[in-house]
Amino acid sequence: MKTLADLYAQQFKTTFASMLQYRASLVIWMIAHVLEPLVYLIVWSTVSSTVGGSVGDYTTREFAAYFIVMMLVNHVTYTWIMYEYEYRIREGALSFALLKPVHPIHSDIADNISSKLITLPGMLLVAVGLALMFHPAAAFVPWAIAAAVPALLLAFLLRFLLEWSLAQVAFWTTRVGAINHTYFVLILFLSGQIAPLTLFPLPIQAAAAILPFRWMIGFPVELLLGRLTANEALTGIAAQVAWSILGLVLVRIVWRAGVRAYSAVGA
Amino acid sequence: MTSPAIHIHDLHKIYIVSEREAGAIAALQSLVHRRTEKIPAVDGISFDLAPGEIVGFLGPNGAGKTTTLKMLSGLLYPTAGEVTVLGYVPSKRDKAFLRQITLVMGQRNQLVWDIPPMDSFELNRAIYRIPTADYRHTLDELTELLDLRPLLRKPVRNLSLGERMKCEIAAALLHRPQVVFLDEPTIGLDVTMQRRIRAFIAEYNRRFGATVLLTSHYMADVEALCRRVVVIHHGKLLFDGDLSNLVQKFTAHKTIVVQLEDCSADLRSYGEVVSCVDGLFTLRVPRAETAHVTERLLADLPVIDLLVEDSPIEEVIERVFAQEGS
Repeated sequence: MKTLADLYAQQFKTTFASMLQYRASLVIWMIAHVLEPLVYLIVWSTVSSTVGGSVGDYTTREFAAYFIVMMLVNHVTYTWIMYEYEYRIREGALSFALLKPVHPIHSDIADNISSKLITLPGMLLVAVGLALMFHPAAAFVPWAIAAAVPALLLAFLLRFLLEWSLAQVAFWTTRVGAINHTYFVLILFLSGQIAPLTLFPLPIQAAAAILPFRWMIGFPVELLLGRLTANEALTGIAAQVAWSILGLVLVRIVWRAGVRAYSAVGA
Repeated sequence: MTSPAIHIHDLHKIYIVSEREAGAIAALQSLVHRRTEKIPAVDGISFDLAPGEIVGFLGPNGAGKTTTLKMLSGLLYPTAGEVTVLGYVPSKRDKAFLRQITLVMGQRNQLVWDIPPMDSFELNRAIYRIPTADYRHTLDELTELLDLRPLLRKPVRNLSLGERMKCEIAAALLHRPQVVFLDEPTIGLDVTMQRRIRAFIAEYNRRFGATVLLTSHYMADVEALCRRVVVIHHGKLLFDGDLSNLVQKFTAHKTIVVQLEDCSADLRSYGEVVSCVDGLFTLRVPRAETAHVTERLLADLPVIDLLVEDSPIEEVIERVFAQEGS
């Protein structure tokens, strides 16, 4: 355990050092992370105020709250591993990872967390600025905010494990772009990124409850905004735990099979 | 007899490669029906390395050297045959095994590009769980041997190719591996840097008793470091033995260099005249006749100087592969 902590600490330092080399690109990434929810925020606020101040169960100011919180949750939970894996395999960086006596997922997790630590203060600042501009409104429910802490951690874990597994597809095909794209469309609609899920038709809501995407983004957002009952919160966390366990199993299976495939064709 | 550090027996690796003709129609056909071809990259080779041995692993491009090194370091599953390194089966990638080996690839880097090598070294310390005292000690030694001190704090991207290679080698050896695989460690480096790295490899081997298997296209590397060489071609073993025996086995000729007054003399009766510059004749004579020809030259001609040489090792190797190819 101690040695693993040492590994994480070193990986933190490495990521910090490399990221700080590229401050401009850091800012550009953050702008991208702000712009997308900002567009949805503006669209939905406009729609809402033209149709009398609310759409479904969201008022104009509740939309503002939803998308500002969503921006933060998305930032905390997103990964870039799916973009990176193909490159790693093609460039042979994976061979070095395979020579090391430690599972490569550890350095990815540490890398991801440390980069978030760097950018999070900036994102919080942006959130405050947006709040001043759009006057969000949400119920303040202390127990829900407390419950949102494990929900957020689980959301990160779940999204990380699934996207890490999916990234391994690069072991079998060098054209991972199509798969990544399909995944992003699914997550855009079924996670509550483009709009709160309660605004979708019931069949889609039912599908979202079964699929993992909602538990990565929409669920912690709704929890933070105090829109869920205690029962719904518990069900959600249970779903997150179940999906995370499934994600862990998936990581193990796909990684083993992937390395086998990689080792068969040439590294 | 101690057990070998590296043991390879009847090792095979067959790559299955999909192939198609050039052009759009062929591309469409390949969508429906993939034609695959089996390419034997390594075709039944066997050899052992004793602990502490440095062996040169030679062969032209595509001979199967890198494939073999990858099977030895656990990156590739063998198609058939037996491989053990320090008693481990590499493809199982046992952590205890990985902690005792290293693979340096001259054309690939493991150092993080944007940060100083020192930070990558620290990361490797954590990955290999090197105790701090050992780490300090090894790092000091490597810094001294490779003259790394001025490089440790510069971002890797600001280092020259040679400087980077030195740091790559240091990063790969921090955990003091017992078995070292070097794939073209001096590729692209200038002569001084090549010599430096060569000297370092010899010193590492001497100090730590590590087993080293080295591929290189620079025969100077091999001549300086390896008494024994293993030569493969088309995935098959051509030669395994002393470097000097390789020369004897594959060269039927020796070179005699004779210094005369000028180039006017006709030496064709002594051997094949390769060249003459300012009276300096280069003759190629059958190995068995060398002594006799030398005697005659000295007796018949006003010889100022005379030298008998083996053909340069590059030429020998070239001839080995040419014979095999024909």
